[in-house]
Amino acid sequence: MKRRNFIQQTAATTALVTLGGLGLQSFTTSRTKKITILHTNDVHSHIIPFGPNNGRNANKGGVARRASLIESIRAENPNTLLLDAGDIFQGTPYFNYYGGELEFKLMSMLKYDAATIGNHDFDNGIDGLYAQLPHAKFDFVSANYDFSNTVMDTHVEPYTIFKKEGIKIGVFGLGIELDGLVGKNHYKETKYLNPIEIAQDMSRILKTEKQCDLAICLSHLGYNYRNNPEIVSDVKLAKATKDIDLIIGGHTHTFLRKPTIEKNIEGKNVLINQVGCYGLYLGKIDFYFDSDKSKAANGTSIIV
Amino acid sequence: MNFKYFILGVYICFFSSCKQETHLSKIEGKRIEINDTLSSNQAIEDYIKPYREHVEKDLDSVLAYSVDTYTKNNGDLNTAIGNFMADAVFELSNPIFKSRTGKDIDMVLLNHGGIRSIISKGDITTRTAYEIMPFDNIVVVAELKGTYVLDLVSYLQNARRAHPISKLNIKLGSNFELIEATINKEPIDVNRTYYVATNDFLMNGGDRMTFLKKRDSLYVLDYKIRNLLIDYFKKVDTINPVIDDRFIQIK
Repeated sequence: MKRRNFIQQTAATTALVTLGGLGLQSFTTSRTKKITILHTNDVHSHIIPFGPNNGRNANKGGVARRASLIESIRAENPNTLLLDAGDIFQGTPYFNYYGGELEFKLMSMLKYDAATIGNHDFDNGIDGLYAQLPHAKFDFVSANYDFSNTVMDTHVEPYTIFKKEGIKIGVFGLGIELDGLVGKNHYKETKYLNPIEIAQDMSRILKTEKQCDLAICLSHLGYNYRNNPEIVSDVKLAKATKDIDLIIGGHTHTFLRKPTIEKNIEGKNVLINQVGCYGLYLGKIDFYFDSDKSKAANGTSIIV
Repeated sequence: MNFKYFILGVYICFFSSCKQETHLSKIEGKRIEINDTLSSNQAIEDYIKPYREHVEKDLDSVLAYSVDTYTKNNGDLNTAIGNFMADAVFELSNPIFKSRTGKDIDMVLLNHGGIRSIISKGDITTRTAYEIMPFDNIVVVAELKGTYVLDLVSYLQNARRAHPISKLNIKLGSNFELIEATINKEPIDVNRTYYVATNDFLMNGGDRMTFLKKRDSLYVLDYKIRNLLIDYFKKVDTINPVIDDRFIQIK
């Protein structure tokens, strides 16, 4: 009996020390939490690095190199998410030979957290995409494709929420209009919904209802259509919506040297990033959260 | 016992009254180039290896022999490589089209930009077919009224580019005026329709070949052009295409 009491007390003391440590930090000093968002887009089945004789991308890219880079970033900050903005499929014989199996398997090994669906992901038809789903150990998010009358029904969510060290990160997906880009026989009964309207719903759900600290849009709409300003793009989306912190884009293979900043409908900053294509770059956005109220007045500094 | 209450107190304080709002104070963004300064993850390399070996072995399998090096820049209004492609599309698509519809393809139209690589002198492999045609475009056959075939001819006349054609012959004069346009050696008849084989890229508006939008019926052969080329290379032993008189300017 005495011995049991002693163990109880020891356990309690340990708990107190731990709590005390945490408590002190949250009461007196400011505690910074860092969330790292890593992202790719339009990898287009590029698995092997470009060879030394390639005219444009010699010795660049390669999944195995991306893996070691991601591993080192995760070792430095475990509060890391890895996302892809679509067009995983099509572009090298690996897709033609294996139908996307290897792409999904490798992304699973790299521990991707979520991806959205690009137009080329329909290249073997919606059935071809569905057939590869067992190899994908990450979530697919798409809010403006209504898959309810297709085989993809229940396999794609409009959004997903991750929690890292108490920080809630909501990620939703947007896809491009398929009509004209993809044969109807391939996308079948997939319905395309207005991305701006859907994005407004999503950001409200994530920020207001679900109380997310961050709302991220994984978009395959394309960065900007200067010659066709009526086409919905990431830039247009950023300006027309609110409560989105970051748009990770794809489709237009736009190599942004650094993320761009747009003002949303409320005049607040929205970051847009896109890293070209073929796995030549990895995008990295770090969000720092501070619990020090005195710093809150200073707003958010953006360093790009 | 008192000690336990103290712990409880700490808990209450920690989880309720002392909970603080977090504030997004800073965002940093950049891109990191994936290049040969990064080490490769060995587990990933090992995982890819059997897939890679299979793909490489298959891609390097020799299918035919090319007598010369052919490029799309060698030739003005028709090129040897373009003629080869358009003729191959006719030769392998027509039996399929005929078996499905009982009709013959009248002509083939592809696009110059769709020839994505040269064919080098020597062994032709599966890789050659992937290089020429990395996209998954398929053969489609559009039924076009004679008047729209004339639009097709004036498109080519204005483009002055070696878009690959087969069974269609065009002669232009020194000012690029149309002298003669024939299909299977007959003048184009505005009172009949023609079956024009092309690819789905052009059919869907690629290269602004708008006359294709005015088609009547459309037949989707679901035959990838790359696979057609592979089948063609397997069928023939050697390729030796030439620049001919199918699309010429008489100066």
